Amino acid sequence: MLDDFLTRAGLAGVGLTLATGPLGSFVVWRRMAYFGDATAHAAILGVALSFGFGISVYVGTLAVALAMAITVATLAGRGHAMDTTLGVLAHSALAFGLVAASFQSGLRVDLSAWLFGDILSVSRGDLAMVWGGALMVVALLVWRWQGLLTATVNDELAQAAGLNPRHERLALTIALALVVAVAIKIVGALLIAALLIIPAASARQFTRTPETMAIGATLVGAASVLLGLAASLRLDTPAGPSIVAASTCLFAASLLAPRPKA
Amino acid sequence: MSLISTTGLGVEHGGVEVLSGVDFTISKGEIVTVVGPNGSGKSTLIRALIGLEPAATGQVHRAPGLSIGYVPQRLHIDATLPMTVRRFLSLPRRVSDDAATAALLRCGVEGLEARQMSRLSGGQFQRVLLARALLAKPDILILDEATQGLDQPGVAAFYRLLEDVRQETGVAVLMVSHDLHVVMSASDRVICLNGHVCCQGTPHVVSAAPEYRALFGLGTGGALALYQHVHDHDHDHDHGPEGHGHDHAHPQDAPTSAGHPHA
Repeated sequence: MLDDFLTRAGLAGVGLTLATGPLGSFVVWRRMAYFGDATAHAAILGVALSFGFGISVYVGTLAVALAMAITVATLAGRGHAMDTTLGVLAHSALAFGLVAASFQSGLRVDLSAWLFGDILSVSRGDLAMVWGGALMVVALLVWRWQGLLTATVNDELAQAAGLNPRHERLALTIALALVVAVAIKIVGALLIAALLIIPAASARQFTRTPETMAIGATLVGAASVLLGLAASLRLDTPAGPSIVAASTCLFAASLLAPRPKA
Repeated sequence: MSLISTTGLGVEHGGVEVLSGVDFTISKGEIVTVVGPNGSGKSTLIRALIGLEPAATGQVHRAPGLSIGYVPQRLHIDATLPMTVRRFLSLPRRVSDDAATAALLRCGVEGLEARQMSRLSGGQFQRVLLARALLAKPDILILDEATQGLDQPGVAAFYRLLEDVRQETGVAVLMVSHDLHVVMSASDRVICLNGHVCCQGTPHVVSAAPEYRALFGLGTGGALALYQHVHDHDHDHDHGPEGHGHDHAHPQDAPTSAGHPHA
C-alpha cells in the first residue's frame, strides 16, 4: 500500500494535520500567526545550511527554526515591538536562506520544492519522520494542555496557580519548530503558516470549547489535504498550494455555517 | 495566624522604586482593602504578595502550603478562543461537575455552565472569576480591582457576596480598589497606599447619614462604607516645591465630609 506515491502523500499530509490542528489553534488563540511565519521562513535557511554541511534536512531545519523562534521570543521579551522584530527576522531569514541556497547548484534547481513543498515525492523515511514529529508535538501538547490553556487565557492567572508561563511559551516554541521541520517537505516554507491557521480559523466557527476546536482543526486540515491532493491529481496543479487552496475553500464554507449560540 | 506578611518590602521596576518600606500582614478570615491612587503600587503589592514580582528590599512571607484564589484586574478572553463557563472553571485544575455547579450557585450565577465566557455581562464575568477562584479552596482570596466596570448596586452586591463567603468558609479577603473613599463596609482594615503605607484604619459606616443616602441611594444595603484618610505626613519630597499634600494625589476626592484632614 505504501508503494503508491499518492497513498504516501495522503498519509503524510494527514499525519501532519494531527499536529497542526491543536498547535494551529494555539497560534490563533495567542495571535502568533506572524511568529509561525517567521519560524517557517527560517526553515529555508535551514535547508540551505543542511545541504552545505551535508546533514539531514530535518535536523538542519529544526535547528534553524528553533534558533529563530527563540531569538524572536527573546527580542520580544526585551521590549522590541513584536511585529517589527518579526518583520525584520522573517524576511531576512528567507533572504539569507535564498542567498545561501544559491551557492549550492543542486539546490538552486530544486528550490521551489522547498518553498512550496513536494508532497508527491514523500518517501517511506519521510513518512516516518512526519508521523514521528507530529506525534511528538501531540504528546507535548497533551502533556501540558491544562497549563498551556491557562497561560493562554491569562499569564497572571497561571502564575498565581503556581504555573510558569515561560515554560508554556517554550513548549509552544519547540512544538512550532518541530512542525516546521516536518512540514517543509509537504507544503513548503511559504505555506506552513497557512496550514496552521486556516483550518483552526475554520474550526472556530462551529466549536464551543478549546478541545473541540483543536480536534475540528485537525479534521478540517485532513480534509484539506485529501481534497487538495485530489484536485492536484485531476487538474494537474501543484500539490502544496492546492492543499492550502482547499483549506481556504473549507474556511469560506465554514463562514456560511451558523455559529453556535450563547 | 498570619497568612501573608511583609517586612520593609520594596519593589523596583527598572531601577525606579515603586514600593518602599511596606509592612503588611493579613490573618486568617480577615478582610483587608487596599486603596490608593493610580500608580500608587497597589497592583505591584498584590503581585509581590502572590510571588509574581521579586522583592528588591525586605521580605515577603507566605504561610507554608498557602492556597491563593486570585481574581485578576482585567481578564480578556480572546474572541478566537471558544470557552464555556464550565470549561473555564476547570482551569488550571479540573473540577467535578457537582463542584462547578455548586461554585456557580454560591456566586449567584447558577446555570451558566454552557454559556461562552465572551458572552457574559461584566457582573456575571466577575462572579464566574470568583467561582473559579473559590474552587481551589483558597485560604485567601486576592482581588485586584475586581469591581471595575460594575455599577454601584453591582459593586454592593459583589461585596455582600464576598462577605457571605468569608462568613461561610473563613477565607481571608484581600481586595484592591482604586476608589479612595468608598470601600467594602465589611473590611476589617483599610490600607491607603501611595508607594508606601500612607495610613490605615477601619471604614466609617455612615449608612444613617443623609450624605450616605445621597451618595449610594438605598439599593446598596450597607455593603459600602466611607474610609476617612488620616495622613500624618505630606508629600513635599514627592511633589515638588509647592508643598501640597495628598489632595494632589487623590484626584477623586469625594464631595463629602470624608475629606483629608492632614495632621
